[in-house]
Amino acid sequence: MKVANVFQQKKVTTFILLSLLLVMAFASSIIFGQTPISAEEAVRSFTSFDQNLTSHIVVRYDRLPRAVIGTVVGAGLAVSGTLMQAMTRNPMASPSIFGINNGAIFFIVVGMVFFSVSSLVSLMWLAFAGAALAALIVYILGSLGRDGLTPVKIVLAGAAISALFQSYTQGILVFDEAGLQDVLFWLAGSVSGRTLDMLIPVLPFIVTAMITALLMGRAINLLVTGDDIAKGMGQNILLIKAAMGAIVVVLAGSSVAIVGAVGFIGLVIPHIARFFAGTDYRWILPYSAILGAFLLVGADVAARLVIRPQEVPIGVMTAIIGGPFFIYIARRGLKSL
Amino acid sequence: MKSLEAKDVRFSYDDKLILNDLTVTIPKGKITVFIGGNGCGKSTLLRTMARLLKTEKGMILLDGEDISTRKTKDIAKQMSILPQGPSAPEGLSVEQLVKQGRYPHQSFLKQWSLEDEKMVSKALRATGMTEHALSAVDELSGGQRQRAWIAMTLAQGSDTLLLDEPTTYLDMSHQIDVLDLLYELNEKEQRTVVMVLHDMNLACRYAHHLVAMRNKTIYDAGAPDDIMTKKMVRDVFNMECMITNDPIFGSPMVIPHGKGRMADESSIRAKAK
Repeated sequence: MKVANVFQQKKVTTFILLSLLLVMAFASSIIFGQTPISAEEAVRSFTSFDQNLTSHIVVRYDRLPRAVIGTVVGAGLAVSGTLMQAMTRNPMASPSIFGINNGAIFFIVVGMVFFSVSSLVSLMWLAFAGAALAALIVYILGSLGRDGLTPVKIVLAGAAISALFQSYTQGILVFDEAGLQDVLFWLAGSVSGRTLDMLIPVLPFIVTAMITALLMGRAINLLVTGDDIAKGMGQNILLIKAAMGAIVVVLAGSSVAIVGAVGFIGLVIPHIARFFAGTDYRWILPYSAILGAFLLVGADVAARLVIRPQEVPIGVMTAIIGGPFFIYIARRGLKSL
Repeated sequence: MKSLEAKDVRFSYDDKLILNDLTVTIPKGKITVFIGGNGCGKSTLLRTMARLLKTEKGMILLDGEDISTRKTKDIAKQMSILPQGPSAPEGLSVEQLVKQGRYPHQSFLKQWSLEDEKMVSKALRATGMTEHALSAVDELSGGQRQRAWIAMTLAQGSDTLLLDEPTTYLDMSHQIDVLDLLYELNEKEQRTVVMVLHDMNLACRYAHHLVAMRNKTIYDAGAPDDIMTKKMVRDVFNMECMITNDPIFGSPMVIPHGKGRMADESSIRAKAK
């Protein structure tokens, strides 16, 4: 099997190259911005931090959190999109079809309008709860009936629950226009102004979910050959699907909770990952994580630079980069799963 | 010798009864074919025996043991099931697909082994798919695709192979190709083969044991020569027919009555030469 070895080597090489790209994007995220900071200065802000220097403050309390959050959230969104597409065998699936985004937004709006919640950390927990609740309802609705969890039922339940939460949200905002401004800002998604305080409480969940996802590659390889085949091979498909669902909720839910609704990553990255990694989920999953992190961190850098000193919302930036790419894949014919 | 047995099995979809307390025994090391009209429950019976569906009542015995009391992964080492019309993810290679057959033998601690590698190449050889190992499953012809799926079930290393309509959507030559492969697997390695077929003549030609189903239960079971009668075809398929012998294999051959064009004598004489 010499040919197979060449494939393996190529996958490893590409993976290392992509990881280097991510490191470069991470470094650019710290250096570039409204006030450019030299690489040496950035390094010094870690080795010999001087709290009187603006540049050091910017690096430690603004740029670093952004880059870290961008990396974690980007990887999380991409991996949850990959799981979603594998679970539903639907190439157009993304975490949002679980109703995750609309559930989170609804909870945020309720919190802002009725309970005057304004701290980002509290809003983060609210969004997380909303995302989890919506996903749970969709999951239960999608599992009802004799044939259990089917892709079609998930999509239908997701569309219904999304629409439900969305109309509640709009209903509230119609009566409270003042809240609209804050919500709109949050809706577009942003990594700016996010502090590590928002990430650290959910980080253990994210890390656990991410590691579990990466270990599930072999099981997912079998699952995508079909439910009956997987059952026949002795796989507990209910358990596998429930685990995948839980991982999606943690990863996508925490992402929407920390940075708001950032689109396209969960939809587009799985396709790019498959383009590089082929059909083996033991490769597709780590590729998704790296590529997702790279796209979000890269989009954040671009968002800062295109209309300086203003910033483009990150959700818009990922759509600008992701949109054309998605049209390209759609035209070439989406790979069926 | 018994290999697989369904005892007083009842199954229904929602409120609709599909299998009504039926009992059937599959002989070991033989080819068994389920026949019957549409909706008689033959696929459901096969799927129930393969534990893809849970029985409401009764039990499925594999080598004398109730399968509901056993670990599903252990059952997979003894019995494989190929469902109807399986579809592989786009771009998946034959080799990757066949490797999935080793799933029951692997665990978190015991990843890919030399034994796994051996079983995969053996399965590829047995199905004549070695040269297509790196081809994408979805780009193969229908017959080759079915061979790839059968190779996957062979890699599982089980003695009993269940197939739900393995020849559906295949043209005649590919149907024969797939059935010949299953015949060889039974002949050379004494694997027990159980399948659902629609073509009665092919069923008679390949099966040692026929199970005819009607109205949610077993109508008759036995060697094709014994049970293939006009009355059986009338009762099971609701169709009048003539039964003769296959001119090549001598197995029973069903020629249905009905309408059709009568050939003229000169062309019949020409064919006879």
